[in-house]
Amino acid sequence: MPEDDMIVRNDLVREFSSLLPIDAIIADRETQKPYECDGLSAYCEMPLLVVLPDTIEQVEKIVAICYEKQVPVVARGAGTSLCAGAMPHSQGVLLGLAKFNKILEIDADARTARVQPGVTNLAISEAVRDLSLYYAPDPSSQIACTIGGNVAENSGGVHCLKYGLTVHNILEVKMITAQGEFLTIGSQALDTPGLDLLALMTGSEGLLGIIVEITVKLLPTPENSRVVMAGFENVSQAGDAVRDIIAGGIIPAGLEMMDHLAITATENFAHAGYPTQSHALLLCELDGTSNEVEAYITRIENIFKKQNATTIKVSQNETERALFWKGRKSAFPAIGRLSPDYYCMDGTIPRSKISQVLSKISSLAQRHGLRVANVFHAGDGNLHPLILYDAGVPGELERTEQLGGEILELCVEAGGCITGEHGVGIEKIRQMPAQFSDEEIKQFMNIKDAFDPAGILNPGKGIPTLKQCQEYRALGHDHGHEAHAHD
Amino acid sequence: MTDISAQLLAQVMDARSQKMPLKIIGGNSKAGMLARKVTGTPLNMAAHQGIVSYDPTELVLTVRAGTTLDEIEAVLEEQGQMLPFEPPHLGDGATIGGTLACNLSGPVRPYTGSIRDMALGVLLINGRAQHLRFGGEVIKNVAGYDVTRLQAGALGSLGVLTEVSLKLLPRTQQSMTLTFELPQNEAIKKITALTNSAQAVSGAAWSEGVLYMRLSGTSQGVEATHKLWGGETLASDSSFWSDLREQRLTFFSGDEPLWRFSIKPTAPALLDPNDMLVDWGGAQRWLRGDHELADLEKLAIKASGHVTMFKGGDRQKELRPALSNTHKKIHKRLKQAFDPDNILNPGSLYGWM
Ligand SMILES: Cc1cc2nc3c(=O)[nH]c(=O)nc-3n(C[C@H](O)[C@H](O)[C@H](O)COP(=O)(O)OP(=O)(O)OC[C@H]3O[C@@H](n4cnc5c(N)ncnc54)[C@H](O)[C@@H]3O)c2cc1C
Repeated sequence: MPEDDMIVRNDLVREFSSLLPIDAIIADRETQKPYECDGLSAYCEMPLLVVLPDTIEQVEKIVAICYEKQVPVVARGAGTSLCAGAMPHSQGVLLGLAKFNKILEIDADARTARVQPGVTNLAISEAVRDLSLYYAPDPSSQIACTIGGNVAENSGGVHCLKYGLTVHNILEVKMITAQGEFLTIGSQALDTPGLDLLALMTGSEGLLGIIVEITVKLLPTPENSRVVMAGFENVSQAGDAVRDIIAGGIIPAGLEMMDHLAITATENFAHAGYPTQSHALLLCELDGTSNEVEAYITRIENIFKKQNATTIKVSQNETERALFWKGRKSAFPAIGRLSPDYYCMDGTIPRSKISQVLSKISSLAQRHGLRVANVFHAGDGNLHPLILYDAGVPGELERTEQLGGEILELCVEAGGCITGEHGVGIEKIRQMPAQFSDEEIKQFMNIKDAFDPAGILNPGKGIPTLKQCQEYRALGHDHGHEAHAHD
Repeated sequence: MTDISAQLLAQVMDARSQKMPLKIIGGNSKAGMLARKVTGTPLNMAAHQGIVSYDPTELVLTVRAGTTLDEIEAVLEEQGQMLPFEPPHLGDGATIGGTLACNLSGPVRPYTGSIRDMALGVLLINGRAQHLRFGGEVIKNVAGYDVTRLQAGALGSLGVLTEVSLKLLPRTQQSMTLTFELPQNEAIKKITALTNSAQAVSGAAWSEGVLYMRLSGTSQGVEATHKLWGGETLASDSSFWSDLREQRLTFFSGDEPLWRFSIKPTAPALLDPNDMLVDWGGAQRWLRGDHELADLEKLAIKASGHVTMFKGGDRQKELRPALSNTHKKIHKRLKQAFDPDNILNPGSLYGWM
């Protein structure tokens, strides 16, 4: 560690010691090690210091001290982010919120829960299960990821097609501003009198404030939920089935798709009964009253038959429904077993372009000599191509990143975006100019300045500098953006 | 079908160089409502019309901001689809841009969401006369800050909206309204109890001693819920919900100021129940009469919400509750970030921004 940094670190340790118990300040390298990266381990960095406060007042003071000393602050929930958004800053403080793990209040009548940011996503649904309620957004990482991280990333899940993303399922957030001030945004009602700061905070990747409390909406558990699983001979039939479902006026609770590589990998891992000979698999969940669900299932089965599905199975009970989902939810780790490393992309495209884009991805992958497995939220066009690679092979990570970048640009060209739910972080910062003009990026910077005039919150992530944009455009990358933003 | 964005851009550029404020006008259907009085050169959006793209299988619509709700609703109806937030028009010629700027949604709002929830992308002209696109036409998009939803309720103070992309839904197969004669507080409790089960509710309102519960969904679902819940059925040609949405019920007649409470839905009656009308399953409550904002604010805070003077009254005064200093600071800086010369609908939201 450079000597200047050491001085800052020692100074911070001294100041924080009066606020926090000694075991909540981690200054030694070995204990800091688990914090060096998030779910995207290709990007690592050691912080000056890790702090683990457990009261709002402590967070307030920590941020105020950092503001005064102009020290970067990176918030961290569970560190499951897939965009290096929670990667520490080498000259900054990593603010871990894991100790904020309490559910503060459940209001069964208003169907809301007031929770601390370090509560895991799944813990909320578990805490209200006896009330026949649940929290709808369900990222596959829900056992581990925190609700604070979900708000910071506007996370989605398989049930977001019908029930919306994090932004649709939260009412109020308490936060600490970059200057260490306490602020409540949103409300216990359905709107607020001033500007919708809650919308701005959701998905802001720790760049606009530290989230210290969240009120989430809860939904009544549907009377009945069933999954129709169908295998197809090719991806375009499955893509057409997705189109037919939506065009038929049905909004399933979830509509997920996997390609051949993903099907075989997850089946070997989860033994969910997936048809391993199929080249595309659809999982379509219907929920509602029992007779409603029955009626929908018949219609879905007919659509699948029309698209020549080779197998169709309907879950017969809750255990079987959970089993069908188990494969999907464990898809990332299952595919991870196929290869020493994998890289998860997150572009979104219009649903009608699914098969076209998938076949382009596969030819791009061939060109780079890499394998890609696809498992994704078909209902809302959110792709997750998983690029399999071996970081031990020289040049393979670089080729992977190159392919990843090309996939994201392909998504923008198809009328979509570079990230549907995982966020920009560091990982996709280079592709931001594919989606936005310099003027649009500058507008983002002005928003950032409004919240964080000293630029201490998660610097270097989310929004590229104009210099980064110029470098990107100098490489002749600009076509996707021109077609999209200024036509 | 005309695109007058070049002309709009030139007008904003002009206003900027002269530091002269602009008053953005859509269909002018919301004159004397929602916003404070704005003085400025009119910037007329109504001619900026037309559907930019609409593919029913995508359930996404992109339209120029001056397109009327009437036109949009007619086009969607042909395809068996709808705007999921049941927008109040509140007058002739209401435009989609104005509806987003006002964050206006109808009785279905607590159940399927607001226009803010359904907004996927916008094209806007900021106060620097730059034409910028945020969000897009896909349901999931977390690249950059959510500038799109920030426009909902900003009353044009952050940008001239020129294009809006929205998520759509298929029209529901069947609707039915059940009525129950109940005092207001009982009705609020009943709404809570009924909506705690996952039935397809699409509206819950109380007016003059009657609770109205609207169900929408498949015919099987609606029938089953009716059997379960009982209650009288409202004639299928009743105009109750559209009269409620368009503020045509007798409750809304006359010139007295109209106050809107946006509160926690389970809060008990705020004042004499006979003076109030309940919508949004209890989360939106209307009051008529001459009152002081500060007095009503106390009631609203007790009910974990806020109150605004929605219509009528003196619209040069502040119409919304005072914000904390930290809020005020961030609001001012955000206004600066979009509109450094304060030329876009100055004072529409608060006198100080
Ligand atoms: C196997 C796997 C599956 C996944 N599946 C999904 C999925 O289906 N859908 C999906 O959307 N995502 C998914 N993710 C991504 C990830 O889980 C989500 O982004 C999640 O919301 C991150 O939560 P976290 O608590 O781990 O946050 P972290 O990774 O700790 O942080 C994420 C970002 O949020 C910021 N942050 C965290 N807490 C706060 C706070 N309190 N205040 C301010 N900023 C904060 C951080 O600075 C960082 O920028 C998956 C990840 C993995 C590893």
